[in-house]
Amino acid sequence: MSNTKVVLPTKGPLLSGKGWTAFFVALIVVCAVAPVLNMVVPAGSPLHMSDYAVALVGKIMCYAICALAMDLIWGYTGILSLGHGLFFALGGYMMGMYLMRQIGRDGNYKSDLPDFMVFLDWKTLPWHWTFSDSFIATLVLIVAVPGLIAFVFGFFAFRSRIKGVYFSIITQAMTFAAMLLFFRNETGFGGNNGFTDFKRILGIPIATQEMRMTLFALTGLTLLGFFLFARWLIGSKFGRVLQAIRDAETRVMFSGYNPLPYKLTIWVISAIMCGVAGALYVPQVGIINPGEMSAANSIEIAIWAAVGGRATLIGPIIGAFIVNGAKSWLTVAYPEYWLYFLGALFIAVTLFLPNGIVGLVKKWLSREKAVPAAPNAGREEAQRAMAAAQGVEPEALHAPLIVTEVKGARA
Amino acid sequence: MLFMATAVHALTADEAKAIASGESESRITALNKAVITADEKTAAFIQAMSDDAVKYTEDKVFVIKDDKGYDPVTGAEAKVPDTAEDVVNNNLMRGALDAAQAALKLTSKDDAVRAEAAQALFKEPDESRIPMVEKALAAETNPGIKAQLQLVRAASMLTSADKAKRLAAAKELGANSSPDTKLLLNQRLADETEPDVKAAIIASIASIDGSLVWGDRINAVFSGISLGSVLLLAALGLAITYGLMGVINMAHGELMMIGAYATYVMQGIFQRYMPEAAFGWYLVAAIPVAFLASALVGAVLERGVIRFLYGRPLETLLATWGISLMLQQLVRSLFGAQNVGVENPGWMSGGFTMLSNVTLPWNRICIIIFAVLVLLAMGWLIGRTRLGLFVRGVTQNRPIASCMGVNTARIDTYAFALGSGIAGLAGCALSQIGNVGPDLGQSYIVDSFMVVVMGGVGQLAGTVYAAMGLGILNKFIEGWAGAVLAKIAVLVFIIIFIQKRPQGIFAMKGRSAEA
Repeated sequence: MSNTKVVLPTKGPLLSGKGWTAFFVALIVVCAVAPVLNMVVPAGSPLHMSDYAVALVGKIMCYAICALAMDLIWGYTGILSLGHGLFFALGGYMMGMYLMRQIGRDGNYKSDLPDFMVFLDWKTLPWHWTFSDSFIATLVLIVAVPGLIAFVFGFFAFRSRIKGVYFSIITQAMTFAAMLLFFRNETGFGGNNGFTDFKRILGIPIATQEMRMTLFALTGLTLLGFFLFARWLIGSKFGRVLQAIRDAETRVMFSGYNPLPYKLTIWVISAIMCGVAGALYVPQVGIINPGEMSAANSIEIAIWAAVGGRATLIGPIIGAFIVNGAKSWLTVAYPEYWLYFLGALFIAVTLFLPNGIVGLVKKWLSREKAVPAAPNAGREEAQRAMAAAQGVEPEALHAPLIVTEVKGARA
Repeated sequence: MLFMATAVHALTADEAKAIASGESESRITALNKAVITADEKTAAFIQAMSDDAVKYTEDKVFVIKDDKGYDPVTGAEAKVPDTAEDVVNNNLMRGALDAAQAALKLTSKDDAVRAEAAQALFKEPDESRIPMVEKALAAETNPGIKAQLQLVRAASMLTSADKAKRLAAAKELGANSSPDTKLLLNQRLADETEPDVKAAIIASIASIDGSLVWGDRINAVFSGISLGSVLLLAALGLAITYGLMGVINMAHGELMMIGAYATYVMQGIFQRYMPEAAFGWYLVAAIPVAFLASALVGAVLERGVIRFLYGRPLETLLATWGISLMLQQLVRSLFGAQNVGVENPGWMSGGFTMLSNVTLPWNRICIIIFAVLVLLAMGWLIGRTRLGLFVRGVTQNRPIASCMGVNTARIDTYAFALGSGIAGLAGCALSQIGNVGPDLGQSYIVDSFMVVVMGGVGQLAGTVYAAMGLGILNKFIEGWAGAVLAKIAVLVFIIIFIQKRPQGIFAMKGRSAEA
């Protein structure tokens, strides 16, 4: 009726001054410091970064991309996916197909076909390997295949308004079905053993130090790029609608928004990010097999995000590094205790750390500073009250919370 | 033993050499010839052959035992020259060796051994064995084994060079409607050139097919019901914890695993402390133990972790996943990472033979009966008892139930323990048909959630229909697409089904916008 203008909250900068400094430090570390430490500094020096460390950090950065993707869909949109392992593996398989073709005639059987096909007595490449010899096509497929599968699955699931745990369970069923399919030799993805023994990428040998470092830097750049992208996305109006969907989907619908395109878009973006992470992971680790699609892997991605702190972008990255760092140390030092540790982590984080490590640090910092109420605290207060009346807890209010105890329903 | 005594000559050095070296074809011929006139030394030599414990040189053969060489004919120790080569057995040769061993067993005094030997020979028929089979037939007194031996003779004659014999054999085999006979006839049909014999074989196959088709149908339905009852057992507990209470318990599979390990422990106790005759009863004793063990663990979980997470289903999912990892590792630490062996008690082994190709295993039948009993008990408990009333009340409206004086927190614990206990019962049943290992739960968790989701959350009847429907559907697809594709097809079916009916087969009626 009235002509009062709706005043949108002002958009903050993409990163704060300190944020940008940290971002560029990370950029320099990944692209300059790490290669120098690995290749120039002699092996005896305490500053030398071993090849093992390069491989490990490279791998964890891939995981961090997955955690970031999981955070977008779970932390910001409230949809817990147990199917991200599938998208990760699909990206990996697309890359793996290209790498298998790059082996050329250097395999055990000296054939144009990958070894496992010779072993199965296949004479020609199956149809889905058509584009596997082109690097450009592979890059397109890495994005397109997980994206397309996510789109089709997501479209039907979100259209039927499947949410919450239902959605989690059917994503798990989808991943499980795909795992069974990939375990079959007839599917044409190497069955149990998957792809391995890669020799070169773009004609360059894959096992050299230079190639490893290039992949490492590329992974780091991708991670930082996705981080900025996620940051921009979450700050945009689109991101705000996502968070509104998470906090009160019904209310978003009654406000005139159709949640379907929003959920679908973020779901596809998240799947593509996972696919890219998988594609970067495979050449660094040197193997891809259907085990990557097991239910455990997908759930682990969720715990990385939860440990670091959901609905913060830096949290999942930190979480991925902490959990996987602990994993690579514990599985070597105390292999029998790793599962106890991981299990306890799942329980402890859900019971005691709903906002993860980042939430904990924020709480400590806000206690120390005891800042007076922020200018927009009133708005948040109202938001919280309304949400509490509905029995839903709004997450990720932007300023550090002064109210310390966070209790309530959270899905 | 009659047969042994009539053996005129024993194993000779030439025979041994012919069996051990040369082309596979000639070795098999030599082997089959030696079997007809076998004695203990031949038996020992054939055993050594199939154990790969034989070496040979240009003119001599040695049996190797504890790194020493022995002469197979005299049994005296002999020095093995360095030039001696290992005997290599290909698959063809191995088949012939197995059949030869079976042939030697035909003279055993034990009925079971003879029956097994006759069955083994039936699968590897060879004309050269006809005289031996006839000898055994003459000596045989057990009618069942005699019939089997006649089949062996017919099967052996099927490859005979004499056309009349082949014709007779083809006709005789048509009377025996078993899948093995059909396979044998089909194999011969491919090589047969005589039109008469061909026609006889085709007629026999047709008559076998006619009697097999019903058996196949019964088999498919039975295995479907059997799979359905397993799914039902796995899902019933979940129907309480997830269906009624809304707790996503990813550790449900591990509670089943605890039930299975409880059964294993009971088996150990019976083996060690009880008289042998009582061993068959260990399973009966294991049922309450499995229930209580899982129920106790379930109660501890509810009190310790899950009650803090009510209303936060996604976090419950993660926390219970963590619990499942810890329980798995705990079992690995206690019992080792390998599968443990749980034996069927005597009264559950074997099967009930309905038709020639339909044998319903007793353990499967017992599990179907057990699933029905558990279902009835649970239906009674939820529908007819005070505890069930409270559980339903708390599920439907927690605050009102609380106002009526129901201790809702305690009811939650009881209900969760009940659901966990039923998972334990499922584990006890599964220990009788599958491997018991730390991964037991993992393989059922997706399936059981599918059943509950498909049946409709909070609906016991839905769970039953969904379990049986999925079980039978799975087995029928398996019939023409194989096990893995069937599983994938069923999962895809469920995913599509949930798109169409997100509330499962039986929807809860209500006006909630969130539903």
